[in-house]
Amino acid sequence: MSTPVPRQSLGEWLISEQPASRNQARLGQIWRTWVLFSGNRLGMIGLGIVVLLVLVAIFANVIAPYDPLLGGDLRTERLLPPSWDHLMGTDDLARDIFSRVVHGARLTLLVVALVAIIATPIGLLVGTVSGYFGGWVDTLLMRITDIFLAFPRLILALAFVAALGPGIENAIIAIAITSWPPYARLARAETLTIRNAEHIDAIRLQGASAPRIIWGHVVPLCLSSVIIRVTLDMAGIILTAAGLGFLGLGAQPPQPEWGAMIAGGRRFIIDYWWVATMPGIAIFAVSLGFNLLGDGLRDVLDPKAEK
Amino acid sequence: MNPLLSVENLRIAFPSRQGPVEVVRGVSFSLGRERLGIVGESGSGKSQTGRAILGLTPVTGTATADRLEFDGIDLRNASPRQWRKLRGARMSMVMQDPKFSLNPVMTIGKQLMEAVKLHGGKSEARDKSLAMLEAVQIRDPERVMAAFPHELSGGMGQRAMIAMMLVTEPDLLIADEPTSALDVTVQIEVLRILDRLVTERGMGLIFISHDLRLVSTFCDRVLVMYAGRVVEELDARRMDEASHPYTRGLLNCLPTITGDTRPLPVLARDDAWLE
Amino acid sequence: MALIEIENLEVTFDGGDRQVRALKGVSLSVEEEDSFGIVGESGSGKSTVLRALCGLAPVTAGRISIDGKPVPSPRDQAFYRRVQMVFQDPYASLHPRHTIDRVLSEPLAIHGFDHAEKRVEQALEDVGLGSGFRFRYPHQLSGGQRQRVAIARALILEPKIILLDEPTSALDASIQAEVLNLLDRLRADRGLTYVLVSHDLAVVSHMCDRLVVMQSGEVVEELTREELQAHDTTRTYTRNLLTASAGFTRSPARPR
Repeated sequence: MSTPVPRQSLGEWLISEQPASRNQARLGQIWRTWVLFSGNRLGMIGLGIVVLLVLVAIFANVIAPYDPLLGGDLRTERLLPPSWDHLMGTDDLARDIFSRVVHGARLTLLVVALVAIIATPIGLLVGTVSGYFGGWVDTLLMRITDIFLAFPRLILALAFVAALGPGIENAIIAIAITSWPPYARLARAETLTIRNAEHIDAIRLQGASAPRIIWGHVVPLCLSSVIIRVTLDMAGIILTAAGLGFLGLGAQPPQPEWGAMIAGGRRFIIDYWWVATMPGIAIFAVSLGFNLLGDGLRDVLDPKAEK
Repeated sequence: MNPLLSVENLRIAFPSRQGPVEVVRGVSFSLGRERLGIVGESGSGKSQTGRAILGLTPVTGTATADRLEFDGIDLRNASPRQWRKLRGARMSMVMQDPKFSLNPVMTIGKQLMEAVKLHGGKSEARDKSLAMLEAVQIRDPERVMAAFPHELSGGMGQRAMIAMMLVTEPDLLIADEPTSALDVTVQIEVLRILDRLVTERGMGLIFISHDLRLVSTFCDRVLVMYAGRVVEELDARRMDEASHPYTRGLLNCLPTITGDTRPLPVLARDDAWLE
Repeated sequence: MALIEIENLEVTFDGGDRQVRALKGVSLSVEEEDSFGIVGESGSGKSTVLRALCGLAPVTAGRISIDGKPVPSPRDQAFYRRVQMVFQDPYASLHPRHTIDRVLSEPLAIHGFDHAEKRVEQALEDVGLGSGFRFRYPHQLSGGQRQRVAIARALILEPKIILLDEPTSALDASIQAEVLNLLDRLRADRGLTYVLVSHDLAVVSHMCDRLVVMQSGEVVEELTREELQAHDTTRTYTRNLLTASAGFTRSPARPR
């Protein structure tokens, strides 16, 4: 008696065995991946944490009850313990820690997004080109990769900061420059197995140029494993950014960067535990979220990980 | 006389999003000391039938049967200990690709001798292994004993694999497409070895293949499987008397060297065959 | 003059410390609108001939010419419009992340063909797949359907020569018959020239008017279909192949 629920018919449209258009086929593919992924509980928790991070970053102004940079009355509101007025307490400059943590999400997301945007394409491009052409191109690109791999991240960041002055931007550049080589290696290894596949021979026989083959045929097949790797690396990147902040080389005061906040709270860690602990919990939660998301993605996207 | 193996109403199901899917739906047959062929196309359940007899159904699947008896032993409730005593010693399996079935980091000789030792006979393990390699027509058994699997050609590897499965002189051998990866000339040689073992040692052989023509020239009896069921059981010498349209279709759609039917007759599938 | 002429073709693969001579001076010629078979066992170099022809294997010596003109190296766009190939494994020869539509449209885009939409629909129609298949992914198709897509892809540039590398060896017998019939019909309709490589003498005998038998990188013998059917061969190797293809015989002395 009931009319079909629209959602259900949408689902049927998505998993149709005979899609009628390009977009339906593509959406159907995405839907199938989503259905697979949504069955993974830990992956969904990870996705939830990451989505929460994004939402908090977007709506930081609405969520944060106080100004993250301006403190309250220094005589009465310094180092207050967590309470309903100040959910995570206040720090030594009478600033509300909850508001600072919320605004810190923006900086963390900025670091994560910029590193992903800079490092992933470089890694993919270097790896696929190197793997596809082989020979001297491969040798040259891989030795360059080796050189970059040899730089310790923190030391390179130090050098950058020394040259360009401290700041979150330079920290991001330093992290991005040191994080692409593993992606390049991964993409190269994948490309080496793909480049002799019959479907690559087939497109070659249709007269496709090397850039077309690499971009349209090799990259889509390397992409999933690189995305998995990038997601799993995000935790490490957040920790590195926090570490730089902690050392005073990343975000500079009064920016509400989580690592710098821990550094600031270090002096009072015995008597006023919440100052360093609250941003620490935030770092922990977000890192864990990215790790869970990466593991979930691997279960869905990587055919080799199938049980 | 009791048959060597009897199978009654074997069913194998795998779980899926839409509930369990039966890939084998009530297969029954019995086997004496003879060559039984199981023929079918991909997805017909022929390989799963073979694996189930050895208790090698993948963990996600469930195999049930009203009767699954090997030489008086009920295989349905066999304990892991019983299986260990049976598999390898009394019943063996040859797979399609020797590369996946041989240990890549152990020499053929070591693997062979290990198989002999596991099933008794420590002292004469080496002699027995050499003799077995000779029996499968390997001309230079000493060299093969010292070789690693990747150092052998496809045909050699397959023969070494068969030697390994036969060195314990099993009563039942299940051969799942044992020759499909081989060239035709090598294929015939391998079949000849299997044939001798059946006639000389009185072994029972289940030969699983997609190649109806090959099976009909090699086996005594043929079961034709379609969608998890046996649609027809035939005497191999009377293939031309096949009555089921599927069997007839399979026989007719193969091109022959001398024939010149053009276009080739195409198999029209009938949903009624599923019942 | 023959359409395809191959003279003393040699291919050597450089496998690190040792070199493998896959072809040791192969010569053959294929007439226009002919269907030419190459038979051999694994390692005979039969597929290497096809791969060398279309530039996928390194030619170390010899000449390949089409229509009397030597083929350029690397092959140019005009070559790919004349010569296309169907591969052995339909599960490996289609990109797993591309829809059938993309598989068929891409060659059209590369060569700047017009009316791409109509051509894709027509190509699917020609190989017996309706337009309902157009936006599917390869994993939604069976092996036989995939091989039909591969054939449609080879035909969409309207080539004259199709190289078939074991086009049915990965398919079930009943599907093989369908694909062989399709190939037969397309050749008759379009006046195509086929070079078919197979290990199966029956398939070659069914499809080809002339054939060569290859063994370890060399041509052993050249036969017509009639000669093959009459077992009219002078070489022991060919005779062994013919006997083995007939199936298993218990023992030579066994009475029928």
